[in-house]
This record gives sequence, C-alpha cells and structure tokens, in this order.
Amino acid sequence: MTGVTRMLCCIRLLVAGTLLLGLVLPAEAVEPGEMLDDPALEARAQALDDDLRCVKCRSESIASSNAEWASDARVKVRELLSEGATDAEVRDFFVARYGEYVLMTPTRHGANWILWGAGPLMLVLGGGIATFYLRRRTSAGAGDEEGLSNAEKARLGQILDK
Amino acid sequence: MITELGHFALILAFLVACFQAVVPLVGAQKRWPGWMAAADPAATAQFLLTAFAFGALMWAFVTSDFSLRLVTLNSHTAKPMLYKITGTWGNHEGSMLLWVLIVALFGAMAAWFGGNLPPGLRARVLSVQAMVGVAFFAFIIFTSNPFERLAVPPFDGQDLNPLLQDPGLAFHPPFLYLGYVGLSMTFSFAVAALIEGRVDAAWGRWVRPYTLAAWVFLTIGIGLGSWWAYYELGWGGFWFWDPVENASFMPWLIAAALLHSAIVVEKRESLKSWTVLLAIIAFGFSMVGAFITRSGVLTSVHAFANDPERGVFLLGILAVFMLGGLTLFAARAGMMQARGVFAINSRETMLVANNVLLAVSAFIVFVGTIWPLVIELATSGERKISVGPPFFNMAFTPFMVVLGLLLPFGAMMPWKRGKPGRVLRTLRGAMVLALSVGVLTWAMQTGRSALGPVGLALGAWLVSGAAVDIWTRTGRGPIAGRLRRLGRLPRADWGKAVAHGGLGVTMAGIAGLMAWEAEDIRVVQEGESFPFSGYTLTLEGVERVQGPNYISTMADVTVSRDGTRIADLTPEKRVYPVAQMPTTEAAIDNGFLRDIYVVIGDPQENGGWAMRSYYKPLANWIWGGSILMALGGFLSLSDRRYRVAAGARKTEAVPVPAE
Repeated sequence: MTGVTRMLCCIRLLVAGTLLLGLVLPAEAVEPGEMLDDPALEARAQALDDDLRCVKCRSESIASSNAEWASDARVKVRELLSEGATDAEVRDFFVARYGEYVLMTPTRHGANWILWGAGPLMLVLGGGIATFYLRRRTSAGAGDEEGLSNAEKARLGQILDK
Repeated sequence: MITELGHFALILAFLVACFQAVVPLVGAQKRWPGWMAAADPAATAQFLLTAFAFGALMWAFVTSDFSLRLVTLNSHTAKPMLYKITGTWGNHEGSMLLWVLIVALFGAMAAWFGGNLPPGLRARVLSVQAMVGVAFFAFIIFTSNPFERLAVPPFDGQDLNPLLQDPGLAFHPPFLYLGYVGLSMTFSFAVAALIEGRVDAAWGRWVRPYTLAAWVFLTIGIGLGSWWAYYELGWGGFWFWDPVENASFMPWLIAAALLHSAIVVEKRESLKSWTVLLAIIAFGFSMVGAFITRSGVLTSVHAFANDPERGVFLLGILAVFMLGGLTLFAARAGMMQARGVFAINSRETMLVANNVLLAVSAFIVFVGTIWPLVIELATSGERKISVGPPFFNMAFTPFMVVLGLLLPFGAMMPWKRGKPGRVLRTLRGAMVLALSVGVLTWAMQTGRSALGPVGLALGAWLVSGAAVDIWTRTGRGPIAGRLRRLGRLPRADWGKAVAHGGLGVTMAGIAGLMAWEAEDIRVVQEGESFPFSGYTLTLEGVERVQGPNYISTMADVTVSRDGTRIADLTPEKRVYPVAQMPTTEAAIDNGFLRDIYVVIGDPQENGGWAMRSYYKPLANWIWGGSILMALGGFLSLSDRRYRVAAGARKTEAVPVPAE
C-alpha cells in the first residue's frame, strides 16, 4: 500500500464522483479466504474492521464494504495482528498512512472535544433553561391564579346571568 | 404532447402558488374577505395542476417514452411495470416533483378540511404553505426540470438502479416525503400564528394532527428504509448512521418532541413559544435533509447526483425560510403568554423533560452529521475526519435509555399537580416485571454485555408501563366493567399506549440484535452440511436462473433442527446487465424470536461457494415496534375529537385582537 498521494487523489476523485444515484453497493463483509484460523484473533480483527473506514467508499467501514481496497485493508489488519500488533498499533498504522479520516470513531484531539462535548453541554444548557422555565411557571401561580381576563370575566358574568 | 402539457401544468402551478403566496396574506392583513377566500380555490388549483404534471411524468415512465432524458436515464422497456411506476420518483427530478405534489396536497387539505379554522389564520397558513411551494417549484423548474426532451431518443433506456427495484425501497421515498413535507404544514401554522400574534389551545389542536401525520409517515418511511437495508444489503445491517439516514432521523426526533409539546399547548396553554420554535426547526431539519441528500456535500452511501448548483439553491431556500421564520419568532415570541400554572411534579414537567431529551438527542445527531464538514471547512481541508457509528452509538444511546426510563412514569403523571409516589405505586408491577426480565437475561446470556439485558428490561418496562397506563384509564370497579370500558376508551388513549409500547418493542429488538447476533462465514461445497447456532444448514445446490431483467445465481439451502426440516432458503446473487450492477438477495427464515439469514457469495477457485449465515435474534421486533408506533399514531389521528369540529368554538369565546 504505497503512493499515499495517489490514494488521496483517488479519494478526491471519488468524493467529487459523478455516480448517478450512487446507492450502496451490496456490502459483504470479510471473505472466507481472508479470515484467520485463530477465532480470538479473528474476532479482534473484525472489531477493528468495524472501526476502520474504507477510504475509497462512501461512508462505509472496511467490514461492510466489498471494494478491493477494503479487502486489502482487511488482509493488512490480519497480517499486522498475526505479527503480534496491538489494536492501537493497527489503528496507528492506518492513521499514519491515511490520516484520522480512516477512523470511524473520531478522536478526542483538538477541536473534536466540541463534538464529544456537544451532547452533554447541550443537555446541561437545555436542562438549565427548562428548570428556570419550570421554576418561573410554578411560582407564577400566585398572581395568575384567577386565570380569567377581565373580558372573560365579563363574558362569564353574562353567561351566569342568563 | 402529454409531456409538454405536464411541463405547462407545472409552470402554471408555480404561477398559482405565487398568487396564493401573496393575495391571501394581503387579504388577511387588510381584512378583505374576498382576498382571503381566494386561498381555497388557489390551493385546489395548485394541487390539481401539480397532480397533472406528476401524472404526465408517470405516463412517460409507464409508456417508456425515451425522448425524455429522465426516462432514458432511469428506465428500461424490460423493467417490471411496478418499477416503471415507482421509477417516477426513483430519481432526483421525479422525487422533487413528488415533493411539491405533497406540498400542494397538504395545502389543499388545509383548504378542504380547514373549515373550522378562523378565516384569517386559514388564509395565512395557505399563503405560507404556498411560499414553500413557490420555492420548490422554482427549484424544479430552474434546476431540475423532469420534462427535458432528448433531441435523439435512444432505442432503450439505461435502467433504474437495481437496488431500487424492490418493493421496500419503491415505497420508502413517498412515505418519507409525506413526513418531511407534513412538517411544512406545521411550519406554515407556526409562521401564520406568529404573523397573527396568537397561539392558543385551538392552535395546538390544529397543529397536532399534521405533526402526528408527519411523524407517522416518517416512522413508516424510516422503518421501510431500515427493513430494506436489512434484507437487501447482504449482511443484515439495519442502521448505519449515514448522513442521509440521519437526515430523516432528525426530523423524526424533532417531530416526536413537537407532538408532545403541542399537547401541552392544547391542554394547558403553556410551552407556546417553545412549540412554535420547534415547529419552525422541524421543517428546517426536513430541508437540511433535502440539502444533504441532493447536494453531495456530505459523502453518503445513498445520495442523489452530486450537484453543487442544486445544493446552493436548496441552501438558499433553507436560509430564507429559517432566517425568516426565526426572525419572526424573535420579534413575536414575547406576545405569547403562557396561561397554565402547574407544580414541578406534573405531566407538564415530564413533557418538558421529554422535549429536552428528544431535542438534545436530535442535536447530537446533527452535530455528528455535519462535524466532518465543519472540520474540513475550518482547517481548509487540512484535517479530514470521519464520524461513524461508534460515535453515535456512544453519544446517542444514553439519551434513549433515559427517555425510556422516564416514559411510563411521565405518561401516567397527572396534569397540573401529581404525586410521584402514587404513580410509582401504580407502576410497581411493571417495574418488577422489567427488573426480572433484565436479571433473567443477564443470567441466561453467555456473554457479559449489558446491552441485551438493559434493552430487554427497557422494552418490558415500556410495554408493561403502556399496558398499566391503558388499564388505569378504565377506572375502578369489577374487572368485567373495566374490560367493557377498555373498548370504549378514546382512540387517542389507545394510540398513546400502542405507540409507547411500540417504542419499547423496537428498543428491545435493537438491543437483542446487537447483543446476541452470530455470524458464520465459510466455503461450502454443494451437498455439504454444517452446524450453526443450534441449526444445521445444508447447501443442496446452486443453479443459474434467468429473471425478467437480470440473471441470477440461486442457491438452495435447507435449514433443519434435530433432523427436522424447518425451512428452504434460496439466497441469490443477481446481475443486472443493463445497469451493469450486481445485487445480493439474502434469503431469510423469519421467526418471532430470531431470523436465520443466508447469503450466497462467489464461487471459489478450488470448488465450493462462499456462504455467509447470520443468526439475528429479535430482528423482527425492530420493525414490529415501528409498525406499532405508526399504528398508535393512526389510532390517535382517528380520534373522535379530530373528526368533530371542536376546535373552532374555543377561539370565538376569547376574542383577542389580531395585532
């Protein structure tokens, strides 16, 4: 797997691709020929497959793509694992060549903390605003107890007089 | 000729929409009844003209008129008739035409059935709806004309993408569009109410059926799409957190929030400004969806043609409507005064919690979807990242768990002021049941994953909670009397219970499938058997079969258990020669508790076939639950109070000046 620049160029071409209605191609996971004999190692490999993006595909992991690139990547994952690499080392291998674009789980580096923090932050914010609103609504009770405007009271009087 | 008439009708519909966008609005401001009344016939005319244009395009597809560029690109004479018809919307231009047809249809429905709306509000609603129509008519006519002719028509077409030649996907877009566009109606109601400066209980009552309808259609559309992905893509994935899927999921979440907050407006005259804001945002998310799908800005597995020009146009539409709507909101939000007073322990509070959870989870999906784009723009393309399923599973799931935990409790909390202890006591049985289900599955499962037990416990909690809810509604007294009353409860009560239970079924299904799925990938010789998850699978043989517009490699696989034959499966690999595309047709033995899912792969060099077998526990629960949710929505929609015109009275009683 050499020629990173060529690969990047390919990605750009694909991203700017002109596929009409480029729907998902039938995705098929790992081929029998690629699998490792050791089930524990193969299980680790499949977990890694799920987390590595097929960089020549559209938003698919190498586990679910049947593109040639994905197949090569799966074989490489298994090769590295057989040589005794840890999961982190396999990830690093791919990141070194294709950038963090290849990771399906975004890292927590740099601006990405905004991504990871967005949900909890928004929850605190939303919860805070909601609590503030609820407090006001429940304490607004005293003044608003009667609930009828003067016009409504007049109309109520009319009805009751009838 | 019909094509030209269709094109002409489309342009006429555009002009009618322009008229409808201006005249009734001016009429409502100036209180000229004649001008206001013009909205109704205009809405009807706009719908009929658009329907004619759509019919003309469908006619071209049905008769395989290859002088139309669109038909040539997306159809073929050998294509089955069903897919010639559905092929009308299986492409960008045709699907946009379907989109405006639905915009016009919703507008016309407000004109036909909105007899009890005050004339001013109705005129404004129809006018805003026509503005939405104008924008999308212009988009079609100026960037995506479906009626373009070819100078030299070819003898045959290039065929529809084979993956779209499937019943699940053929009807997936119309339902989604009904949902997306249904939210344009709530948008129109929100903007009309802001212009009028009045949001009251009656407004909440009018908005709810449209929101509910939109939500039901989105549920069906998303369910169909996910079911299609499950059986068609060849490995049984049902959700990929792909940008386009997220684009349909965000409006669904927001519509679910809106649905619940509109109840508070209707019953308690509170949460008004929030509800109006949600109505605006919900349609915004619908348009974000259209933008993501059609601009190609985000790489997605299933986007329409990448076209920057169309993308810019759609972004323009989105910007105009959102900026317009939000500016109006900022200017008028202060005029909406809440009236209802309630204690912290009340249904109102629980519905606020529901809204916070749903809105924040939609926000997470939104951030995750656009984040790669944000990073790329912010670093001028230096840094490119992916946000894949692991992120969404981690960031999104906790919110759904909390939502599920609170739901049965909130659903039974009384309005205004409730006693939490009392509600908890009523739900004691459901709690015990849910906990035992959780503990039991924890003890019985082989792995040590929390996902399965938690999901199943949540499912049991939601389903039994819904059952307790509906049972409690029958009051007190002897069982026989309560059973009789059960049948007479309002359909809205049934709808609520069925939809909430359905959510539980779906949650249990997703958790079960993800926790206990098993797969087997191997090379199998013809006649060979192998054990798999307690079953024996035998590859009896493989043969070539000629289909109407494809060639198939069909395998015959038998599934047996303890020597008894359970099922005969025929997984296929098809090649569509015209489109030059292969597809995988998985064969599935559907069961209540599990699916057996078999896929035939390529022939191997030294004999035999690659075969994939999957054991999918509780798979059908996911879609069963979706069907229940949609059914609950329909039940609610058919409730008596929507059929009798009750809403109108309330406004007459409280005459408030419009400005």
